[in-house]
Amino acid sequence: MTLTADVRVARGPLAVDLAVEVADGEVLAVLGPNGAGKSTLLRVLAGLLPPDGGRVVVDGDRVWDDVAAGVHLPAHARRLGMVFQDHLLFPHLSAVDNVAFGLRTRRVPKAAARAAAGDWLARVGLEGLGNRRPGQLSGGQAQRAALARALVGDPAVLLLDEPLSALDARTRLTVRAELRRHLAEFGGSTVLVTHDPVDAMALADRVVVVEQGRVVQAGTPADVSRHPRTDYVARLVGLALLPGTGAGGTVRLDGGGTVAVAEETAGPVFVAVRPESVALYLSAPHGSPRNVWPARLVSATPHGATVRCELDGEVPLVADVTATAFAELGLAPGSAVWATVKASEVAVYAR
Amino acid sequence: MSAVRAARRSRGTGVPLPLMVPAAIAAAFLILPLAGLLVRAPWGDLPAQLAEPAVGEALRLSLVSATLATAVSLLLGVPLAWVLARSQARGRSVLRALVTVPLVLPPVVGGVALFLVLGRQGIVGRWLDETFGVTIPFTTTAVVLAQTFVAMPFLVVSVEGALRAADARFEDAAATLGADRWMTFRRVTLPLVAPGIVAGGVLCWARALGEFGATITFAGNFPGTTQTMPLAVYLALQRDPDAAIVLSLVLLTVSLATLLLLRDRWLSRSGAAA
Amino acid sequence: MCGALSARVPQMRRTSLLLTAALVLAGCGGTANGGSNQGAGAGGTLTVFAAASLTDVFDSLGGRFRQEHPGVDLRISYGGSSSLAAAIVQGAPVDVFASANAAQMDVVAGEGLAGEPAVFAANVLEIAVPPGNPAGITGLADFAREELTLAVCAPEVPCGAAAEEVFAAAGVAARPDTQEEDVRSALLKAELGEVDAALVYASDVDSRGTLVEGIAFPEAERAVNDYPICTLADAPNPGAAQAFVDLVLSEEGQRVLADAGFRTP
Repeated sequence: MTLTADVRVARGPLAVDLAVEVADGEVLAVLGPNGAGKSTLLRVLAGLLPPDGGRVVVDGDRVWDDVAAGVHLPAHARRLGMVFQDHLLFPHLSAVDNVAFGLRTRRVPKAAARAAAGDWLARVGLEGLGNRRPGQLSGGQAQRAALARALVGDPAVLLLDEPLSALDARTRLTVRAELRRHLAEFGGSTVLVTHDPVDAMALADRVVVVEQGRVVQAGTPADVSRHPRTDYVARLVGLALLPGTGAGGTVRLDGGGTVAVAEETAGPVFVAVRPESVALYLSAPHGSPRNVWPARLVSATPHGATVRCELDGEVPLVADVTATAFAELGLAPGSAVWATVKASEVAVYAR
Repeated sequence: MSAVRAARRSRGTGVPLPLMVPAAIAAAFLILPLAGLLVRAPWGDLPAQLAEPAVGEALRLSLVSATLATAVSLLLGVPLAWVLARSQARGRSVLRALVTVPLVLPPVVGGVALFLVLGRQGIVGRWLDETFGVTIPFTTTAVVLAQTFVAMPFLVVSVEGALRAADARFEDAAATLGADRWMTFRRVTLPLVAPGIVAGGVLCWARALGEFGATITFAGNFPGTTQTMPLAVYLALQRDPDAAIVLSLVLLTVSLATLLLLRDRWLSRSGAAA
Repeated sequence: MCGALSARVPQMRRTSLLLTAALVLAGCGGTANGGSNQGAGAGGTLTVFAAASLTDVFDSLGGRFRQEHPGVDLRISYGGSSSLAAAIVQGAPVDVFASANAAQMDVVAGEGLAGEPAVFAANVLEIAVPPGNPAGITGLADFAREELTLAVCAPEVPCGAAAEEVFAAAGVAARPDTQEEDVRSALLKAELGEVDAALVYASDVDSRGTLVEGIAFPEAERAVNDYPICTLADAPNPGAAQAFVDLVLSEEGQRVLADAGFRTP
């Protein structure tokens, strides 16, 4: 059930022209600033907005949009689930009736629909809260219920529109980790729209970066962060996101090596290092409590006054150094360097 | 949340002076005339007036016709409000302006206008008369139509406002869950704007209950078939102002009691469901 | 208007005055009535309360009066006689009262407020029918016909009381479809062709020209309605008030009344 979309639609001054393809079980993150046309793409995929041109096809389902052939399947006839930024649970229905809604519209008998909804609420950790109204749920609980509501009908395509951005920082971490788990279990195609690179890195198999209605770069998260094609992409996705296992003040990385972190952690986590917090030296520095790793410079790409350096070694990192420092160090691809990062500048996310 | 709520409760009576003074004047302005009626009422005559069969007849007719007018308004006005608030149809703003015309039209003129359409000589009325032998003026049906004409705009305006205030993205969410527009309207939109519909219905009912000008023009005045309470009050005023005051109080009491009862029942129902 | 009225009214009467004043306002058809409580004299304001059926006649006579007394600010307020009488009793600052029946003049006189009422006109009932008389109405007996749509005045208002009298005198069991709140509204329904016949005053039929036709009937003589006029005892402008009453009673005033379909004494 591959989703293939080639969408052209005008939204005011913005001409959106985007082509995406998402395989079964794959999560595609559409990353970009506000007003780039990300949500417009999602509305077209959902059938809420008819495109001006192009096609949206889901392998194994009917053609959803084909402007040339005059085909437009309305939203309610598409096998999809959608999660909105601010959950949009129906305030007049209990949590379980919200989740059952999509089954009831498809003529599942009431008792069966509520039973299935109850199961899904349990799966997202809301067991026993089914009778609550959305107003009586916390933000994180409501977003979990919204996810259950989108998934209960076994959709071919799951659309996530900034699903975490309305949550407070702490809740976002836990809901993101859970979402990752549910996405891994989901068999259909997922399109995740976000402006937060951490969401994209943590949740997506592939990323497309969208600016002003166009795709400026596409690839795996690591790929995009290592080889940003524009300054914007470089600023946005410089982050190195490394999986590991926390144990007190250190994280043992899955790929080898350890990272000292400022907070106590335990269990599976992501370690995130921003390129501007990585410093490069020609010899190993001594003294201050920081992470120090030997590395080899693989490639260097200038972006304005800084140079994005891709590093290979036990811990794969990306570093931004000023053009002056780059010249003073006499760096060139193949150079051996020492990369250091303060523990306080390493972010840790549960996964 | 609970802290905010607690703080709000503790400041419950702290109305700022710039609001308090005009609010008090407004309340006095609205309530004092009622108090005037109460003071001036010939309480001794009350039982005798209430025993008058004509009073009961007018009251019954008022309640029945206002309720029917509200029912018709709900049935037709809510869909109209939806069209005004949600459809992309051309000429919506013109339609909206036209729909509110009965609000500014003097009701007597409204009654004449109804004649021109539904009267014996009216565009539609003549056809009804010739084809089915049905004439509307001077019947209870005419009372309901006159009240609907004057009162429905209150419902439409209030429901349209509620629809505009309601987040249309809930309807998007419903669509992504497989609900077509009709099902979305029934299962999502309608419950979302229910408070607005109730408020509009109450306003509509109250306006229909007090309707005078369009009713007396289009439906005439005949005890038992078209004489509603406001007509009875007006005519009593010509002969016996005391009787008119008593009748007004009867109408006021019954309408207030009805509204309070409805409010209680509605509130307790939504409370139980929550 | 309410403010001007209440300025002269004792506190205890205010509540019901407001009620009555609202009615007078509703009935006064756009003619402003600024009851002045400033000093009277050769000029000043002259306030006349007149029955609604006198609208055309008094508008015409009022024009004449203004020519003859350019210093006087004449204001005529038209309404149902009972509403007007009630307003006067409640203390409205009025100079002249012209009533459509003796009963309402008696209400004012009963409070000792009327000067010396004089009958200046009389009116009899007539049947008004739409142009061409489509239902073929011939006389009062037609008001007993079930299949017709018929309008009379409500018994609470003078023309309705008169209608009851003529029906009783003629032995007609009337079956009206509507009891209108005043003559003009009954007449309107005949004009619109919505009723086959309406029982109204002859002067009202005349006032509508060719829009309705009038059918006189002999039983009308059983309910001749006298129109009394008087200056009020505490008229703010007694001089001008007397001049206005004199004009109405003059040969010229009587001619205008006769032209409008009234009987004159």
